[in-house]
Amino acid sequence: MRVDRRELLAIFAGGFAGAVARAEIGVALAPSSPAAWPWATFLVNVAGAALLGYGVTRLQERLPLSAYRRPFLGTGVCGALTTFSTMQLEILRMLDAGRAGLAIGYAAASLLAGFGAVLVATNGVRRARVLA
Amino acid sequence: MTAPVLIGIGLLGGAGALVRFLLDGAVSERWRGSFPAGTLAVNLSGAFALGIVTGATLHGDALRLVATGLIGSYTTFSTWMLESHRLGEDGALSIAALNIALSLVAGVAAVAIGRAVA
Repeated sequence: MRVDRRELLAIFAGGFAGAVARAEIGVALAPSSPAAWPWATFLVNVAGAALLGYGVTRLQERLPLSAYRRPFLGTGVCGALTTFSTMQLEILRMLDAGRAGLAIGYAAASLLAGFGAVLVATNGVRRARVLA
Repeated sequence: MTAPVLIGIGLLGGAGALVRFLLDGAVSERWRGSFPAGTLAVNLSGAFALGIVTGATLHGDALRLVATGLIGSYTTFSTWMLESHRLGEDGALSIAALNIALSLVAGVAAVAIGRAVA
């Protein structure tokens, strides 16, 4: 695998920003119990999916090729802002607490909203006129 | 959250993103086929690691640094959704559905297994 030092730096910087933003939102919206809706994870995941759909589509289909924008925004910021592991732990804790309905609802809502966010952002970029 | 903890989360978050990029690249390079095996490998290993960390006796700032900073950044929801969407667009609906269902079910199982062995 070819490794470019500036690309790695862009990913690290984006990852720093994404992780800090997720941590701050996590503190601001900390759930009170395992049976509460995990708003912090839900919101960062859906927002990050929308931002990634927007950014990747725009960078691939609308803007001239750039070596460092996608690693910074996609792999770094969006990858670190969103999280798979915390979501899975939250689902497991809902199941632990006997709240299977909540676990299924949370998983389904995250997937529908996350997938829908990518879809809407992608189509939005494609429909928009290219501005010089 | 104190400033040093927040900076620590940022540094570990940057490191988590780098490890994700490198492992995804290494797996994708070897994997033949359109299934996004690199992201799945990252997300399942991260879910397992989070299970170990929460099962072990880590608390407070230490837990925040490792769980929120390192593992939270290492795993990704956005790429999982983007790759599933792009597979669907390319007409690979069954692979997209498999990617969503397998990640979800195996992800919860990976956390549970990590917690059990911790």
